[in-house]
Amino acid sequence: MSIAKQALPTRTRLNIAWGILVAATGIGWWFGHAAQGDGAHNPIALAGVIVTAFFKAWIVGVEFMELRAAPRWLRHGYDAWIVAVAAALLWISLR
Amino acid sequence: MTSSRRIPGELGIWLFVAGDLIVFGVFFVLIAFGQRQSTDVFVQSRAQLDLWIGVANTLLLLTASWFVATAVERHRQGERSACARLITLAMLCGAGFVANKAVEWSGKLQQGITPATNEFFMFFFVFTGIHLLHVLVGIGVLGILRGVSRKPEAGPHDLRTLESGATFWHLVDLLWIVLFALLYLL
Repeated sequence: MSIAKQALPTRTRLNIAWGILVAATGIGWWFGHAAQGDGAHNPIALAGVIVTAFFKAWIVGVEFMELRAAPRWLRHGYDAWIVAVAAALLWISLR
Repeated sequence: MTSSRRIPGELGIWLFVAGDLIVFGVFFVLIAFGQRQSTDVFVQSRAQLDLWIGVANTLLLLTASWFVATAVERHRQGERSACARLITLAMLCGAGFVANKAVEWSGKLQQGITPATNEFFMFFFVFTGIHLLHVLVGIGVLGILRGVSRKPEAGPHDLRTLESGATFWHLVDLLWIVLFALLYLL
Protein backbone atom coordinates (compact mmCIF):
# COMPACT_ATOMS: atom_id res chain seq x y z
CA MET A 1 0.00 0.00 0.00
CA SER A 2 2.79 2.36 0.90
CA ILE A 3 4.51 1.55 -2.41
CA ALA A 4 1.30 2.34 -4.31
CA LYS A 5 0.96 5.59 -2.39
CA GLN A 6 4.48 6.61 -3.36
CA ALA A 7 4.27 5.28 -6.93
CA LEU A 8 1.19 7.20 -8.02
CA PRO A 9 2.75 10.62 -7.43
CA THR A 10 5.95 9.53 -9.21
CA ARG A 11 4.06 8.43 -12.32
CA THR A 12 1.86 11.50 -12.20
CA ARG A 13 4.97 13.66 -11.90
CA LEU A 14 6.51 11.93 -14.94
CA ASN A 15 3.31 12.56 -16.92
CA ILE A 16 3.30 16.22 -15.90
CA ALA A 17 7.00 16.53 -16.80
CA TRP A 18 6.29 15.15 -20.30
CA GLY A 19 3.40 17.64 -20.70
CA ILE A 20 5.64 20.54 -19.64
CA LEU A 21 8.37 19.39 -22.06
CA VAL A 22 5.94 19.21 -24.99
CA ALA A 23 4.48 22.63 -24.11
CA ALA A 24 7.99 24.10 -23.77
CA THR A 25 8.83 22.71 -27.24
CA GLY A 26 5.95 24.82 -28.57
CA ILE A 27 7.21 27.88 -26.68
CA GLY A 28 10.74 27.32 -28.01
CA TRP A 29 9.35 27.05 -31.55
CA TRP A 30 7.45 30.32 -31.03
CA PHE A 31 10.61 32.11 -29.87
CA GLY A 32 12.52 30.62 -32.82
CA HIS A 33 9.82 31.80 -35.22
CA ALA A 34 10.11 35.30 -33.75
CA ALA A 35 13.92 35.13 -33.96
CA GLN A 36 13.82 34.19 -37.65
CA GLY A 37 10.70 36.18 -38.57
CA ASP A 38 12.35 39.27 -40.01
CA GLY A 39 15.89 37.93 -40.23
CA ALA A 40 17.01 40.58 -37.77
CA HIS A 41 18.92 40.09 -34.55
CA ASN A 42 16.16 39.83 -31.97
CA PRO A 43 17.77 39.49 -28.54
CA ILE A 44 14.59 38.54 -26.67
CA ALA A 45 13.83 35.75 -29.15
CA LEU A 46 17.43 34.46 -29.03
CA ALA A 47 17.38 34.46 -25.22
CA GLY A 48 13.95 32.79 -25.26
CA VAL A 49 15.19 29.92 -27.46
CA ILE A 50 18.26 29.32 -25.27
CA VAL A 51 16.50 29.61 -21.90
CA THR A 52 13.61 27.38 -23.02
CA ALA A 53 16.03 24.70 -24.27
CA PHE A 54 18.02 24.61 -21.04
CA PHE A 55 14.84 24.64 -18.95
CA LYS A 56 13.76 21.53 -20.87
CA ALA A 57 17.17 19.89 -20.38
CA TRP A 58 16.91 20.66 -16.65
CA ILE A 59 13.44 19.06 -16.43
CA VAL A 60 14.79 15.92 -18.16
CA GLY A 61 17.63 15.75 -15.62
CA VAL A 62 15.60 16.39 -12.50
CA GLU A 63 12.52 14.31 -13.33
CA PHE A 64 13.50 11.63 -15.87
CA MET A 65 17.11 11.09 -14.74
CA GLU A 66 15.87 11.20 -11.13
CA LEU A 67 18.34 13.84 -10.00
CA ARG A 68 15.53 15.10 -7.75
CA ALA A 69 16.37 12.26 -5.33
CA ALA A 70 20.13 12.09 -6.05
CA PRO A 71 22.89 13.27 -3.70
CA ARG A 72 23.20 17.04 -3.69
CA TRP A 73 26.69 17.05 -5.29
CA LEU A 74 25.30 15.21 -8.32
CA ARG A 75 22.15 17.28 -8.65
CA HIS A 76 23.95 20.59 -8.16
CA GLY A 77 26.73 19.48 -10.51
CA TYR A 78 24.08 19.10 -13.21
CA ASP A 79 22.52 22.44 -12.24
CA ALA A 80 25.97 24.02 -12.60
CA TRP A 81 26.38 22.60 -16.14
CA ILE A 82 22.95 23.94 -17.13
CA VAL A 83 23.68 27.43 -15.76
CA ALA A 84 27.27 27.60 -17.08
CA VAL A 85 26.53 26.49 -20.66
CA ALA A 86 23.30 28.52 -20.91
CA ALA A 87 25.10 31.62 -19.57
CA ALA A 88 27.97 31.12 -22.04
CA LEU A 89 25.54 30.81 -24.98
CA LEU A 90 23.56 33.87 -23.84
CA TRP A 91 26.77 35.89 -23.50
CA ILE A 92 28.03 34.85 -26.95
CA SER A 93 24.66 35.42 -28.63
CA LEU A 94 23.68 38.71 -27.01
CA ARG A 95 26.92 40.64 -26.47
CA MET B 1 16.05 12.73 4.43
CA THR B 2 19.66 12.98 3.29
CA SER B 3 20.25 9.28 3.94
CA SER B 4 17.47 8.37 1.46
CA ARG B 5 19.28 10.15 -1.36
CA ARG B 6 20.97 7.76 -3.79
CA ILE B 7 22.68 7.81 -7.14
CA PRO B 8 20.32 6.47 -9.85
CA GLY B 9 22.16 3.59 -11.57
CA GLU B 10 25.90 3.04 -11.40
CA LEU B 11 28.42 5.79 -10.65
CA GLY B 12 30.24 4.85 -13.88
CA ILE B 13 27.34 5.93 -16.10
CA TRP B 14 27.35 9.33 -14.38
CA LEU B 15 31.07 9.73 -15.10
CA PHE B 16 30.26 9.04 -18.77
CA VAL B 17 27.36 11.54 -18.62
CA ALA B 18 29.67 14.18 -17.13
CA GLY B 19 32.25 13.65 -19.88
CA ASP B 20 29.62 13.83 -22.63
CA LEU B 21 28.05 16.97 -21.14
CA ILE B 22 31.46 18.68 -21.19
CA VAL B 23 32.17 17.63 -24.81
CA PHE B 24 28.72 18.68 -26.05
CA GLY B 25 28.99 21.89 -24.01
CA VAL B 26 32.01 22.74 -26.19
CA PHE B 27 30.02 21.83 -29.35
CA PHE B 28 27.19 24.16 -28.26
CA VAL B 29 29.62 27.03 -27.66
CA LEU B 30 31.20 26.44 -31.11
CA ILE B 31 27.76 26.69 -32.77
CA ALA B 32 26.98 29.93 -30.90
CA PHE B 33 30.37 31.43 -31.89
CA GLY B 34 29.77 30.39 -35.51
CA GLN B 35 26.35 32.02 -35.46
CA ARG B 36 27.85 35.18 -33.97
CA GLN B 37 30.64 35.39 -36.55
CA SER B 38 28.69 34.31 -39.67
CA THR B 39 25.14 35.33 -38.80
CA ASP B 40 23.95 35.67 -42.41
CA VAL B 41 25.31 32.26 -43.44
CA PHE B 42 23.71 30.63 -40.39
CA VAL B 43 20.31 32.31 -40.88
CA GLN B 44 20.18 31.46 -44.62
CA SER B 45 21.38 27.88 -44.07
CA ARG B 46 18.97 27.29 -41.20
CA ALA B 47 16.10 28.37 -43.46
CA GLN B 48 16.95 25.37 -45.68
CA LEU B 49 16.31 22.92 -42.82
CA ASP B 50 12.92 21.28 -42.44
CA LEU B 51 11.83 22.58 -39.04
CA TRP B 52 9.05 20.01 -38.76
CA ILE B 53 11.48 17.10 -39.00
CA GLY B 54 13.35 18.67 -36.07
CA VAL B 55 10.11 19.20 -34.12
CA ALA B 56 8.96 15.62 -34.82
CA ASN B 57 12.32 14.23 -33.70
CA THR B 58 12.18 16.32 -30.51
CA LEU B 59 8.71 14.98 -29.68
CA LEU B 60 9.84 11.40 -30.44
CA LEU B 61 12.81 11.63 -28.05
CA LEU B 62 10.81 13.40 -25.31
CA THR B 63 8.17 10.70 -25.55
CA ALA B 64 10.77 7.91 -25.58
CA SER B 65 12.33 9.36 -22.41
CA TRP B 66 8.90 9.51 -20.78
CA PHE B 67 8.31 5.84 -21.68
CA VAL B 68 11.72 4.84 -20.28
CA ALA B 69 11.32 6.79 -17.02
CA THR B 70 7.87 5.27 -16.56
CA ALA B 71 9.27 1.81 -17.38
CA VAL B 72 11.82 2.09 -14.56
CA GLU B 73 9.06 3.13 -12.16
CA ARG B 74 6.86 0.19 -13.28
CA HIS B 75 9.79 -2.18 -12.68
CA ARG B 76 10.08 -0.87 -9.10
CA GLN B 77 6.41 -1.72 -8.61
CA GLY B 78 6.97 -5.25 -9.89
CA GLU B 79 5.06 -4.61 -13.13
CA ARG B 80 7.77 -6.13 -15.29
CA SER B 81 5.69 -6.88 -18.38
CA ALA B 82 4.48 -3.24 -18.46
CA CYS B 83 8.13 -2.20 -18.09
CA ALA B 84 9.10 -4.30 -21.13
CA ARG B 85 6.20 -2.91 -23.20
CA LEU B 86 7.18 0.68 -22.42
CA ILE B 87 10.80 0.01 -23.37
CA THR B 88 9.61 -1.48 -26.69
CA LEU B 89 7.60 1.71 -27.34
CA ALA B 90 10.68 3.80 -26.53
CA MET B 91 12.72 1.74 -29.02
CA LEU B 92 10.09 2.41 -31.70
CA CYS B 93 10.34 6.15 -30.99
CA GLY B 94 14.13 5.87 -31.33
CA ALA B 95 13.72 4.04 -34.65
CA GLY B 96 11.37 6.82 -35.80
CA PHE B 97 14.07 9.37 -34.95
CA VAL B 98 16.65 7.45 -37.01
CA ALA B 99 14.24 7.14 -39.97
CA ASN B 100 13.49 10.88 -39.84
CA LYS B 101 17.21 11.66 -39.77
CA ALA B 102 17.80 9.39 -42.77
CA VAL B 103 15.06 11.23 -44.72
CA GLU B 104 16.47 14.61 -43.68
CA TRP B 105 20.10 13.81 -44.49
CA SER B 106 19.36 12.08 -47.80
CA GLY B 107 17.21 15.07 -48.84
CA LYS B 108 20.04 17.47 -48.06
CA LEU B 109 22.64 15.36 -49.87
CA GLN B 110 20.35 15.11 -52.94
CA GLN B 111 20.16 18.92 -52.97
CA GLY B 112 23.96 18.99 -53.03
CA ILE B 113 24.20 20.18 -49.41
CA THR B 114 27.11 18.49 -47.64
CA PRO B 115 29.36 19.20 -44.63
CA ALA B 116 31.64 21.06 -47.06
CA THR B 117 28.86 23.51 -48.09
CA ASN B 118 29.57 25.98 -45.28
CA GLU B 119 30.31 26.24 -41.53
CA PHE B 120 26.66 25.82 -40.53
CA PHE B 121 26.21 22.56 -42.44
CA MET B 122 29.59 21.30 -41.21
CA PHE B 123 28.29 21.74 -37.63
CA PHE B 124 24.89 20.35 -38.65
CA PHE B 125 26.21 17.09 -40.13
CA VAL B 126 29.05 16.50 -37.65
CA PHE B 127 27.18 17.26 -34.42
CA THR B 128 23.88 15.64 -35.39
CA GLY B 129 25.95 12.71 -36.72
CA ILE B 130 27.71 12.25 -33.38
CA HIS B 131 24.32 12.54 -31.69
CA LEU B 132 22.85 9.97 -34.10
CA LEU B 133 25.57 7.52 -33.01
CA HIS B 134 24.37 8.09 -29.43
CA VAL B 135 20.79 7.32 -30.53
CA LEU B 136 21.88 4.07 -32.22
CA VAL B 137 23.86 2.99 -29.13
CA GLY B 138 20.88 4.04 -27.00
CA ILE B 139 18.50 1.81 -28.99
CA GLY B 140 20.92 -1.07 -28.41
CA VAL B 141 21.00 -0.26 -24.69
CA LEU B 142 17.19 -0.22 -24.61
CA GLY B 143 17.24 -3.66 -26.27
CA ILE B 144 19.40 -4.92 -23.41
CA LEU B 145 17.05 -3.33 -20.84
CA ARG B 146 14.09 -4.97 -22.56
CA GLY B 147 15.83 -8.32 -22.22
CA VAL B 148 16.48 -7.66 -18.51
CA SER B 149 12.83 -6.75 -17.90
CA ARG B 150 11.62 -9.90 -19.71
CA LYS B 151 13.71 -12.36 -17.70
CA PRO B 152 11.57 -15.02 -15.99
CA GLU B 153 12.95 -14.06 -12.58
CA ALA B 154 13.98 -10.59 -11.44
CA GLY B 155 17.65 -10.38 -10.47
CA PRO B 156 19.14 -8.36 -7.60
CA HIS B 157 20.98 -5.99 -9.96
CA ASP B 158 18.19 -5.50 -12.51
CA LEU B 159 17.03 -2.16 -11.13
CA ARG B 160 20.54 -0.69 -11.22
CA THR B 161 21.00 -1.94 -14.79
CA LEU B 162 17.68 -0.38 -15.82
CA GLU B 163 18.50 2.91 -14.11
CA SER B 164 21.95 3.08 -15.74
CA GLY B 165 20.60 2.37 -19.23
CA ALA B 166 17.72 4.81 -18.69
CA THR B 167 20.20 7.50 -17.64
CA PHE B 168 22.10 7.05 -20.91
CA TRP B 169 18.87 7.32 -22.92
CA HIS B 170 17.85 10.51 -21.11
CA LEU B 171 21.31 11.95 -21.87
CA VAL B 172 20.61 11.33 -25.59
CA ASP B 173 17.30 13.19 -25.17
CA LEU B 174 18.66 16.24 -23.36
CA LEU B 175 21.59 16.67 -25.79
CA TRP B 176 19.11 16.68 -28.70
CA ILE B 177 16.93 19.29 -26.95
CA VAL B 178 19.83 21.77 -27.00
CA LEU B 179 21.09 20.77 -30.48
CA PHE B 180 17.57 21.25 -31.86
CA ALA B 181 17.36 24.74 -30.36
CA LEU B 182 20.78 25.84 -31.62
CA LEU B 183 20.57 24.33 -35.12
CA TYR B 184 16.87 24.72 -36.01
CA LEU B 185 15.49 27.57 -33.89
CA LEU B 186 18.15 30.14 -32.98
